[in-house]
Amino acid sequence: MALRQEIGEIRAMIARHKRWDMAFALLGLLALMVGVLTFAALFTQMAIEGAARLSWDFFTSFPSRRAAQAGILSAWIGSVMVMIVTAATAVPLGVGAGIYLEEYAPKNWVTDLIEINVTNLAGVPSIIYGLLALGLFVYQFGFGQSVLSAGLTLGLLILPVVIVATREAIRSIPGVIREGAMALGATRWQTTADHIVPYSLPGILTGVIIGMSRAIGETAPVITIGALTFIAFLPPSPVQAEPPFLNFEWLLSGFTVMPIQMFNWTSRPDAAFHANAAAAGLVLVVMTLSMNALAIYIRYRLRKNIKW
Amino acid sequence: MVTVAQTETAASREAKPAPLKAASVNLNFYYGAFHALKNISMPLHDKRVTALIGPSGCGKSTYLRCFNRMHDLYPGNRYEGEIRLYPDDTNLLHPDVDPIEVRMRVSMVFQKPNPFPKSIYENVAYGLRVRNVNRRSVLDDKVEAALRGAALWEEVKDRLNDLAFNLSGGQQQRLCIARALATEPEILLFDEPTSALDPIATASIEELIGELKTRLTILIVTHNMQQAARVSDYTAYMYLGELIEFDVTDTIFIKPKHKATEDYITGRFG
Amino acid sequence: MSNLTGTAILDPVTAHVVSDRLARRRSRHVKERVIEALLLLAALVSVFTTVAIVYVLVSESVEFFRHVPLTDFLFDTQWTPLFADAHFGIMVLLSGTLLSSFVALAVAVPLGTIIAIYLSEFAPFSVREIAKPFLELLGGIPTIVYGYFALLFVTPLLQKLMPELPGFNILSAGLVMGIMIIPYVASVSEDAMRAVPMALREGSYAMGATRFQTAIRVVTPAAFSGIAAAYILGISRAVGETMILAVAAGMQPNLTWNPLEPAATITSFIVQVALGDLPHGSLGYQTIFAAGLTLCLLTLFFNILGHLLRKRFRQVY
Repeated sequence: MALRQEIGEIRAMIARHKRWDMAFALLGLLALMVGVLTFAALFTQMAIEGAARLSWDFFTSFPSRRAAQAGILSAWIGSVMVMIVTAATAVPLGVGAGIYLEEYAPKNWVTDLIEINVTNLAGVPSIIYGLLALGLFVYQFGFGQSVLSAGLTLGLLILPVVIVATREAIRSIPGVIREGAMALGATRWQTTADHIVPYSLPGILTGVIIGMSRAIGETAPVITIGALTFIAFLPPSPVQAEPPFLNFEWLLSGFTVMPIQMFNWTSRPDAAFHANAAAAGLVLVVMTLSMNALAIYIRYRLRKNIKW
Repeated sequence: MVTVAQTETAASREAKPAPLKAASVNLNFYYGAFHALKNISMPLHDKRVTALIGPSGCGKSTYLRCFNRMHDLYPGNRYEGEIRLYPDDTNLLHPDVDPIEVRMRVSMVFQKPNPFPKSIYENVAYGLRVRNVNRRSVLDDKVEAALRGAALWEEVKDRLNDLAFNLSGGQQQRLCIARALATEPEILLFDEPTSALDPIATASIEELIGELKTRLTILIVTHNMQQAARVSDYTAYMYLGELIEFDVTDTIFIKPKHKATEDYITGRFG
Repeated sequence: MSNLTGTAILDPVTAHVVSDRLARRRSRHVKERVIEALLLLAALVSVFTTVAIVYVLVSESVEFFRHVPLTDFLFDTQWTPLFADAHFGIMVLLSGTLLSSFVALAVAVPLGTIIAIYLSEFAPFSVREIAKPFLELLGGIPTIVYGYFALLFVTPLLQKLMPELPGFNILSAGLVMGIMIIPYVASVSEDAMRAVPMALREGSYAMGATRFQTAIRVVTPAAFSGIAAAYILGISRAVGETMILAVAAGMQPNLTWNPLEPAATITSFIVQVALGDLPHGSLGYQTIFAAGLTLCLLTLFFNILGHLLRKRFRQVY
């Protein structure tokens, strides 16, 4: 029965090993600090350089060759318009696909193919979507370098996010609810529309918000389809005074978006434009972070608040 | 409530009373606000098998896990009282005593076999490596000794580098026993070790326990009364967190002193 | 032939008694089928997208390779597609892509893994509840903002340490890319570790192991498959990243393995070309698709590599 180490020896060895525990915990915190410091430095840098530029004029002026007069009007309006098309694409297609995969899809090769594709597309670099749009939407379909092309592209880009979020939200609904509805004679679609979708709405919403926040910040695919980097005009307004009150010319108009405007200003050697870039960056970061924070909050409430 | 004094008399009725390896003294345990163990004082005799029996929820696993401070892994748990470990008379539950030190002297085999995702060799060597024993020759010897001690050596000696997951359920459990044996613990705790195994594997583990008790002290929790009767020298019957009766196994099963014990043994409830 | 009062009607075809409520079943059935078909179409969009991507990339690349021999593409050491003396050596762009990805992963893999182990095995509940959302926010910052940060904060900072560092360089871009990728690596790895059953940890602690020993010797190896997936995700993100490189690494094609120089990557090249004016159908236009195809193949290569690695080390519970 040899290896009966002295109690004292054991204690010394344990003390040594526990120092590794402490060292690693410290290391972990330091690693986290890298992220925190980066975030702080980023925010501070942009605030210092750009906060002064944030004014009503900044939001309502077009870009200009004179840095002090340049603004993000065309950029943020362009972003809003593109986002409308993105949402109109990604939400129905994504939620529809998610519902199909969870509620209707039989276990066959078609379903497998779809699932493989969704997973795969989530990992495709965003610039490839830009190339797809350039070849398909801009030229093949003839939509041109327009709001419509950009919106469709970004819609496809965030489609996997919406699909996955929808599926997870639906999957978290207990099967007994479906059974209860169907036992009362509801059809598959009635069960889905009246029960499944309303209950999974918070989860779906989380996915949509996260997807949209990603789309707002995407630059590469939008540059690729040819969004203009210096435009001093706005796309035509969707609403007009005479009937039919809505026009769709804006869809086919040239445009720019916030991240491209920031890119344009950052790339200029003139430091005065860097201030503008910082201001635009602040706006972008505040927008995307609030959307992400909102999504995280909804998810948090969802986890705490199971209604069934 | 059974005091240590009473149980000593019970043990002294044995032909050769075995010395104590450990003893709990007024042990109380709380899961948060829930009072799970109530004033338990029970001896643990050296180089004997002690079995804990009782209906579900009576606290036998909770009691077992006090011996290697497993409860420390989860927040909100609290010990009161002592578990004294002999011959050095250390109180295992004392806040100044490091749980790791306790676990180096008291090993455990779990209900469901839980081998690590490593080779058979590395599973058994794990406890040794954790103690900074890394020399190949030393490890080889100790791994072989442990595997022999767990009656597994002949079956695996040619495939020590195979993944442990490839073994059958019974073999995995014996591997976990070998893993626990490799570090030569003073006490070996078994938490319902055969409840997940088929009868043949169960029989081989019971046989193993009979051999192991010549070398170390064993405390085993089992929901299977026949197993307790087959395997143990001493048996403790617990109910709702209290120790109802502790005695030599034969006495408990043939002529229990308390009606509650008798009811449980004869299957009137539980 | 429906009768709203709910009395039975004789169905002439089957001559059975059919109540009117059941008779309306056929239209309900049709409606259900139509809806299901629409939902299926929505789901098939993802398949169409992949097909479209392949089609667009391949068809334009085929045109490209009609003008540029494959050997030139693979082995030429210059990349000057828009010059009069045009060269099309993809290696130049590949060097930029691989070099920047390497720098990024040298940051993201160690830090991401350490954070994951820390959050999963060491951190108290309160720290984890704050750290995880924070990491998610960090990953949600638009890459153009990171690009701005790399060019106008990190590069000047590095230049204080290395005065000869050019204004555009791979190192700054790579470092910032790495920090951007940390949340992806950390979160997927951490999920993998949390999925390791508690029973395994208990087995380790019961042997007298410390938290660090359990985390490193038992939990991390057990979660290896998921951790490998996290690394593959990181590689894909690094290889596909565009804006940070377009802004901070300069868009000058440069065959180099030295991170202290500027270089163009496959992605920043595509951006550079798109910023200019390219007539549809010209060789320059087709070049970006050939570059894109190379990028896709590269990503595919890493994904397959990862898949094979995971299969080899798969652990079964």
